[in-house]
Amino acid sequence: MIITQKKPIEELMGLIGDAKRVAIIGCGSCATACHTGGEPEIAELKSYLESKGKTVVATSVADYCCMNLGVKGKVRPLTAAQPDCIVCMSCGDGVQCVANNANVPVYPSNNTMFLGEAVRFGQWEEACHLCGNCVLGQTGGICPIAHCAKSLVNGPCGGQKNGKCEVNPENDCAWIKIYKRLEAIGQLDKLAQTRDDKGYQDVAYPRTVSLRGNK
Amino acid sequence: MSVLQNVLESGKFGVTAEMAPPKGFDFTEQMASAEVLRGKVHSVNVTDMQSASLKASSLGLCIHLKQAGLEPILQITGRDRNRMGIMADVLSAASFGIDTMLALTGDHPVVGDCPQSKPVYDLDSVGILRMLTKMEQTNCDCGGNELTGPAPKFYKGASVTPLYEPLLLQINKLRQKVDSGAMYIQTQGIFDLDMFKRFLEVVEKSGIKTHIMAGIIPLKAAGMAKYMNENVPGIAVPQEMIDRLAAEAAVGKEKGVKGLPAKLGIEMAAEMIARIKDEKLCDGVHIMAIGAERNVPAILEKAGVTAE
Repeated sequence: MIITQKKPIEELMGLIGDAKRVAIIGCGSCATACHTGGEPEIAELKSYLESKGKTVVATSVADYCCMNLGVKGKVRPLTAAQPDCIVCMSCGDGVQCVANNANVPVYPSNNTMFLGEAVRFGQWEEACHLCGNCVLGQTGGICPIAHCAKSLVNGPCGGQKNGKCEVNPENDCAWIKIYKRLEAIGQLDKLAQTRDDKGYQDVAYPRTVSLRGNK
Repeated sequence: MSVLQNVLESGKFGVTAEMAPPKGFDFTEQMASAEVLRGKVHSVNVTDMQSASLKASSLGLCIHLKQAGLEPILQITGRDRNRMGIMADVLSAASFGIDTMLALTGDHPVVGDCPQSKPVYDLDSVGILRMLTKMEQTNCDCGGNELTGPAPKFYKGASVTPLYEPLLLQINKLRQKVDSGAMYIQTQGIFDLDMFKRFLEVVEKSGIKTHIMAGIIPLKAAGMAKYMNENVPGIAVPQEMIDRLAAEAAVGKEKGVKGLPAKLGIEMAAEMIARIKDEKLCDGVHIMAIGAERNVPAILEKAGVTAE
C-alpha cells in the first residue's frame, strides 16, 4: 500500500490561493485506508473550504486515482462543474493521473510517504523501496534495502547498539532481524553469500513496464 | 609495496595511529601532530569524516602526509561518494604514491553535523573492497572500461567490531571483507582482553586468515569512558577502569594536579598494548587517540613497542 499523510492545511490553502471554486477527488484504495482521501476526509475538507469562503463545486471518489481509465470518467464531471482548481486526496501518483485528465490546476492534499504495510490499525511501516531487483529470497523475507537505513546488502554496519539502529534507536537493526529470521527458517547459510552488486542502472527513472509489447 | 603490508607480512608487530583532517583548510596542527608520530608508527590512518562530522577530505591530509614523508592510510567510506567518486579518489591517491587504504561503510549523516546531507551508500565496505580488487584484476574501472595504464594496487584493509551480538553476523561480514580483498583488519577499541581473546578464537575457528590489529583508545577521563559506553557501538569500558580513572581524578583534585586521569589512561593503554604484544594475541595495534595524537609516542614507549 502507498502510505500518505495529510499536508498541513495551511500549505494546501496556500496552493489553492485565490481560487474560489474548488472540486475534490478522493481515492478509494490506499488513501481511504490511510484516512487521507476517503469519504470522511472529503467531507471534512469540503466543510473546511466552505468555512473559508470557497465554493466546493463537486466531489468524487475514484476507485483508484492511479488508474488512468477509471480516473478519466471520474474527472469529467468535476471539470464539467467548472472549478478553478481540483484538490486530489490521493498519493502523488494519483495526483498526476488526475492532473493528466484535467484542464485546471490539480493540487495534492497529501504527502506521499512510502510503500509499506499496515502493521496494525492506524499504523504503517515502510517495507519496500521498489528497487527493481528483489533480494527477499536471500534475506528471509525482510528487505535490507528498505529496513536498513543504509540499504546495506552484505550484512550490518557496526552502528547498532543493543540491536537498535544508529540512525533511529526506535528501529531494530535490519540485519539482526534478517539473521534471526534466517536462523528460524534454517537458512543461515544464506548469510555467507556475498550478494552480487546489483548496481543502479536498472532503476534509472522514470521506469515503465508494459505487457503490450513495444509501442 | 605498502609499508604496512611489508611490516605485517614479515611478521613484525604493526603499529598504526589515527588522525582526522581539520574542519577548515589550515592543516598546521595536523602536520605538527603527524611530526610527533614520525618514526613511532608504521602508518597513519586518516579518517573520512568520522562520526559523519564534516572535515577536510581524507585524501587531502593523506597527500600532505605523503609529501612530508609519512605513510598515510586512506580511509574511504561509502557514505558520501558513489562508486565513481570513490574510484576517482583512489586513482588520484595512487598518483601521489598512496598505496594503503581502509574501507568502511561510514556513519549515517543523520548522526553527524550535516544531517541534511544525502546518504549515498552506493557501495558498503565490502562493495568498496570488491570494486578495488576487481579493478586490480581486470585493469578496468567500475563500469568495466579499460584504464589507461595499469590499475594501482592498494594494500586494502577493513574494520571489525569484536564486541557484537550476534557475533556470527560480524564474523560473517569479516569473512566477506577478507574474501573481497581486505588483507588487514583494524578493530574497534578494545578494553577487555578476555573478550578480545574469545573473539580471536572465534575468528581462528572460522578459518578466516588475515592480519588483525587491535584498536586501542587511550582514555582521558571517567566521563569519556561512560560517554563511549553509552553512545559508541561496540565499546564497553569495564567498570573497574572507569573507577580507577575517577579515583585518579579525585586524587588530582585533592593535590591540585591536573591531567592525572589522562596519565592513567596512557598507562592503561600502554599496559594493554604490552600484553597484546607479549602474549602475541594479534599482529599489531591501531591507536585511536581522538585528538591526543601527541600522547602516542609516550604510550608506545611505556609499552616497549617500537615501529621496527
